[in-house]
Amino acid sequence: MSHHKEEIRIGVYICHCGHNIAGTVDVTGIAEYASRLPNVVISKDYKYMCSDPGQVLIGQDIAEHKLNRIVVSSCSPLLHEKTFRDALVKGGLNPFFLQMVNIRENVSWVHTDTDDANLKARDLVRAAVHRVAYQKELTKKKVPVNPDVLIVGGGIAGISAALTMADAGKKVFLVEKEPTIGGHMALFDKTFPTLDCAACILTPKMSSVKKHPNITLWSYSEVSEVSGFVGNYKVKVTRKPRYVIEELCVGCYACVDECIFKEGKFPDEFNLGMSKRKPVYLPFPQATPLVAVIDDKTCIHFKTGKCQQSCAKACDRNAIDFNQQPEVKEIEVGTVILTTGFKAFDARRLPYYGYGKFPNVFTSLEVERMVNASGPTEGHVVLKDGSKPKSVGIVHCVGSRDEKTNKWCSRVCCMYSLKLAHLIKEHTGAEVYNFYIDMRTPGKGYEEFYDKLLREDVHFIRGRVAEVSDWATTSDEEGKLIMRVEDTMVGMVRRIPVDMVVLSVGLEPRDDAQDIRKLFNISCSTEGFFLEKHPKLAPVDTFTDGVFIAGAAQGPRDIPDSVAQAGAAAAQALALIDSGHVELEPNTAYITDTLCSGCKSCLNICPYKAIAFDDEKRKSVINEALCKGCGTCVASCPSGAIRQNLFEDEEIFSEIRGLFVESI
Amino acid sequence: MSDNQINKQAIPANWKPRIAAFFCNWCTYTASDLAGVSRLKYPATIRVIRIMCSGRLDPQFVTDAFAEGADAVLIGGCHPGDCHYANGNYKCLRRVHLLKKVLKQMGLEEERLRLEWISASEGKRLAEVVSEMSEAILKLGPCKVKQVVEHYEK
Amino acid sequence: MKYLYYPGCSLRSTGRAYEESLLAVFRVLGIDLAEIDDWNCCGATNYMSINEHRAIAITTRNLALAEQQGGSGEVHIIAPCNACYMGLQKTKIYLDTEQGLREKILKTMEGAGLRYEGRVVIRHPLDVLINDFGLDKLKMAVKKPLHDLRVISYYGCQMVRPIATFDHEADPVSMDQVAMTLGATAVDWGMKLRCCGGSMTSTVPDVGQRLNYLLLKEAKAKKGDIMITACPLCQFNLECFQGKISKKFRDDISIPVMFFTQLMGMALGIPEKELGIHRLFVKPRPVTV
Repeated sequence: MSHHKEEIRIGVYICHCGHNIAGTVDVTGIAEYASRLPNVVISKDYKYMCSDPGQVLIGQDIAEHKLNRIVVSSCSPLLHEKTFRDALVKGGLNPFFLQMVNIRENVSWVHTDTDDANLKARDLVRAAVHRVAYQKELTKKKVPVNPDVLIVGGGIAGISAALTMADAGKKVFLVEKEPTIGGHMALFDKTFPTLDCAACILTPKMSSVKKHPNITLWSYSEVSEVSGFVGNYKVKVTRKPRYVIEELCVGCYACVDECIFKEGKFPDEFNLGMSKRKPVYLPFPQATPLVAVIDDKTCIHFKTGKCQQSCAKACDRNAIDFNQQPEVKEIEVGTVILTTGFKAFDARRLPYYGYGKFPNVFTSLEVERMVNASGPTEGHVVLKDGSKPKSVGIVHCVGSRDEKTNKWCSRVCCMYSLKLAHLIKEHTGAEVYNFYIDMRTPGKGYEEFYDKLLREDVHFIRGRVAEVSDWATTSDEEGKLIMRVEDTMVGMVRRIPVDMVVLSVGLEPRDDAQDIRKLFNISCSTEGFFLEKHPKLAPVDTFTDGVFIAGAAQGPRDIPDSVAQAGAAAAQALALIDSGHVELEPNTAYITDTLCSGCKSCLNICPYKAIAFDDEKRKSVINEALCKGCGTCVASCPSGAIRQNLFEDEEIFSEIRGLFVESI
Repeated sequence: MSDNQINKQAIPANWKPRIAAFFCNWCTYTASDLAGVSRLKYPATIRVIRIMCSGRLDPQFVTDAFAEGADAVLIGGCHPGDCHYANGNYKCLRRVHLLKKVLKQMGLEEERLRLEWISASEGKRLAEVVSEMSEAILKLGPCKVKQVVEHYEK
Repeated sequence: MKYLYYPGCSLRSTGRAYEESLLAVFRVLGIDLAEIDDWNCCGATNYMSINEHRAIAITTRNLALAEQQGGSGEVHIIAPCNACYMGLQKTKIYLDTEQGLREKILKTMEGAGLRYEGRVVIRHPLDVLINDFGLDKLKMAVKKPLHDLRVISYYGCQMVRPIATFDHEADPVSMDQVAMTLGATAVDWGMKLRCCGGSMTSTVPDVGQRLNYLLLKEAKAKKGDIMITACPLCQFNLECFQGKISKKFRDDISIPVMFFTQLMGMALGIPEKELGIHRLFVKPRPVTV
């Protein structure tokens, strides 16, 4: 190692992680082996390296043995690299003289053959010892954090996060795809287990959002482009034309009343198609913002150009503007909270439940609208012919806990099925049957609610419903929907004739979750929900710094959990903003002028346009502020002029050599 | 030693392959962590080198790994369209295509270089790929590039 | 495209009308079939639960023979009987996915001087008609459209379960599509997949007959003129016991039950004799008039 200016003095630490590593890997043997590797001055094994004494041990050894490079062989660097870098700093060493070896996630937890595992651990430690010798002193760059925040999705999670951030004095941009905020919660009549009126608790929050001086609410809008990095995101938001000038409209309904369609003709999205709306409409009376929308796909003016525009004439504030175009807003924010919510399972995917075939098979969301006083049936639970059902069967887990559709539990369908059972019984006095696999009521007051239902003479049948049919075998069954189920308590197949079937549909990732994921550069779990950084310790963080997630976009959850998570995401964003700056990993690329031949092949490689060409010097120049440290240009430079901090060629080559070549 | 002789040697008893694995920090490396957390099992054949993006993969990393004694090289990047840095994975794909041609001319079997798209949530996929690849390399036997290199260096 | 044809034993005995009508219809439509030489039993449903190795081995023999006869590349085998169709599918999947089993079976095949490479694709005639031949072309070939005929399609269990390839496992529609293409009305009913009793009609007649009664009664209740099936055993069960069932349950449930290929043949204008119509016990009046 003659080219090193200083003498390299390496300390190697092998962590037992209790039994987690030591149970499979011969930690003392590895430590002994490492002590004989080149430049290693001291090598130790210790029960928990991440504990305080473990970290102090590193500091003491740095002082005592004049160590200038440290190898910690423990868990994944994604988990504890920061911990050990801090330990180096405390010991007076530059934090980038650390190299971690992942012998837990990558060795002890995945391998059973101890000989093979030990061999691998030895190779990995040897590689790190080789690599760390070449590591350089680096400093993290501090960049200021823009205090403004973008929140995407205006359901209860987005609303809660927005209000928390705004109350803390931060400027919030709340972007909602639909014409109004409120999300799924706005569809509900009551909420479990307290049977609070959903509108009564939600609409004050919605109007607070609208009134809050720190919140800019853009409904009927979508994020179309995102660039930048933590603390400094640049975002483009496309505002779809609603053909009504938001600032002028007061939501008086005059335009709706005067539309040439005298009656509603098109499926009303808010009532899930159970009622009709006109091309000009307000989603519901408490919509926020309370501004009309013209749907250009159904409006006669847009379809034929031959409408007398009675809506525009009826508006005495001249708020209607048929010439509105999509408008792109460009904003800069430091943090982002994604609260884009879920999609209800499409019950048509299970043809044996007859949804879409039998008119009296409904989804739970449709029934939610029916029991709502402002819903399509004005609060009456009725069959398609308008009559009251005398018997109702509620099928739990439709599209949940099922190998063929979705394996996960929707976490809400037990509780909302109980709620609907209670409401249906209250509204109609019908016999109500709940068909469940397991009752899952783990929440404050939830089990008590279940108990209450048991006393309300609601029937509970444990078994997954096999089919809903109109096939009558006895006269009692004539004209009914027959639910066939194996009652696993009794141990027999039962046929239960009912008037109405309610399918308690599960929660799925939204169709556009993948688009949003790509826009914000985050990951999804295999089922398609947004992936958190750590399932336990970082549940609202993502792998992209400054982007947080909350609500059912991250996984199925109910209102209290969504609100709690929104609070957590807001707190994480606030912590980042209030620290004033972020430290960026110093892994940027740089150019060695003397080697650059000016071939320009790097210019088009960089996805961030961070490389420019200096025409005078005839050399490429990297703008460090724009470089994100992917290293693609480094690998593509034919003259080896581009290098990358933290991932220098000689660091990687020595790691490769160290892996395969015994050096004792 | 001719090209044909490179790999036509008996497989030593108890021999197990060693595979150099270059994993993108954001997807496959995270998947390897997930495989660990999920306690999935796969053969102890891979030796992971973490890079920030599969786009950082210098073709020389691969040739060097073979020269130093790797029996195979596995590269893990983000699925098409999912690159954390927009399109580094495509750059990697281009290089791997070329590398495969070069390695073939060197007399190496195609199975010895593999590029896989494995997302952060696909711990199971990672375990499957490593198992499959280990089995394939086990059948091929040790890679003799290192010996050839040493032979010529002498 | 040329298809290899695996008749199975039922099509040479109780289900002879199925083979006659299938061959006639495919000939008229110009779909080429070549029978697998020296084919043997598919093992049906029972053998696999008695001796898995032997059951799979005898079925694999058919697949290996097909590969030998069908040349290189993919070899498509048409298996019209639902039980054969499922038995062959199941064998192929087992061989594809279970390494240990595959090795054992291949060794057994070697003993018989045969090789199996996994190039076969098992096809149902409905699959071929809809996805290869095409319903548009079928529509053009119809000479006597079956207007005003209410057709009840009965799929039985093995066409889509446990392995659904070309149709929905819980709500199959392929036979209904064919019936509609012939000009008939496809009656939607809830019992497309319910059990016909299988061999229970002879082993436990009380149960078997009751199951058939339920099916026939619902077919009548839905005002069906005719039932069609794609399985020789279903057809046999539903048709042969109608007299007994009617007497036993004091309910007239008589309805013609034929193979879907027979119905097709009639619409294509093929003479009844070639379609095996004369073999039916319950004469299909509404169609032939």
